[in-house]
Amino acid sequence: MATLPFLSDIGQTMHWYTQSQLADMVAVSESTPGPLGINMATYVGFRVGGVLGAIVSTLSEVLPSVIIITLIAMALKTFKDNQYVQDGFYGLRPASTALIAAACCSVGEIALFKPHRYLSIWNFITFINWKAVAFGVVIFTMTNRVPKVKKLHPIIFIAIAAVVGIIVKF
Amino acid sequence: MFGGGYAMLPILQREIVENKKWVSDQEIADYYAIGQCTPGIIAVNTATFIGYKKRGVIGGIFATLGVISPSLLIIMTLAKIISRFENSEVVVNAFKGIRIAVVVLILNAVIKIGKSSIVDKATFGIFLCVLILAIVSNISPVVFVLIAATAGILIQSLRIRKGGKK
Repeated sequence: MATLPFLSDIGQTMHWYTQSQLADMVAVSESTPGPLGINMATYVGFRVGGVLGAIVSTLSEVLPSVIIITLIAMALKTFKDNQYVQDGFYGLRPASTALIAAACCSVGEIALFKPHRYLSIWNFITFINWKAVAFGVVIFTMTNRVPKVKKLHPIIFIAIAAVVGIIVKF
Repeated sequence: MFGGGYAMLPILQREIVENKKWVSDQEIADYYAIGQCTPGIIAVNTATFIGYKKRGVIGGIFATLGVISPSLLIIMTLAKIISRFENSEVVVNAFKGIRIAVVVLILNAVIKIGKSSIVDKATFGIFLCVLILAIVSNISPVVFVLIAATAGILIQSLRIRKGGKK
């Protein structure tokens, strides 16, 4: 989502697309698999310059992070055994886990609650989508407790969930 | 929201840690940590890291291409049939179901990484503080990561000074 203001700016200055077209692109990017930033870049590139445009814009989107990560990975290889680096990671790892957990909560808020304006500790129970929660518990049990089933590839659970979603209409 | 880059983490973990055994649970937790505090998308950053570890710079580049190509294909296909896609109730319902599965799969990933990242009271404290602050505020992940790394160094050096076992 960090790229959104930037994309909106490009639309205004270059007139490649209107703001409402941009809103449609965001909606589609959000509802398709894959990282939002990549989806957005591909979509905008495709609108503006066809297949070639999509490829160029997507590659440009990832190029800076590929360079940065490669540099960090190189540095890390050298300093892997440094005490400060190891201690830093000791503190970093739980923080990173917490950030992923927080992302899980924000997807959960959309997936497990009915549409709401304002969710708080006091009113959240009235917004719970019980059908969705029950299905979530089933998937959790299948992926953690049921022998053999839990070894299945995550993609299979996603496919099952899509079918159940169509039938049950959460 | 489909879950974005985070939705890919459970799949990365299954393929790369469990099936191929290219990196350990702890290493992937480290890569997520770095992937979150550097600009760019966490799934792309993690892939670049793993690619670099296995095959150097070229490996990093190809791992990244691998992560982005499904999105490229899917979005370009959708862009052509977009009006049909948007109005389809079936697609909307399917995504509602998928989102629930994605939440559970990310939760599983968190539990798995948590086992290698939350190892004592101090790390549990860091986890809890960051989780609560990340939910209630809009503080950038970069800030969390910098503070947590500093805290890690401070905690460990205090332990050494106390003479306790590390």
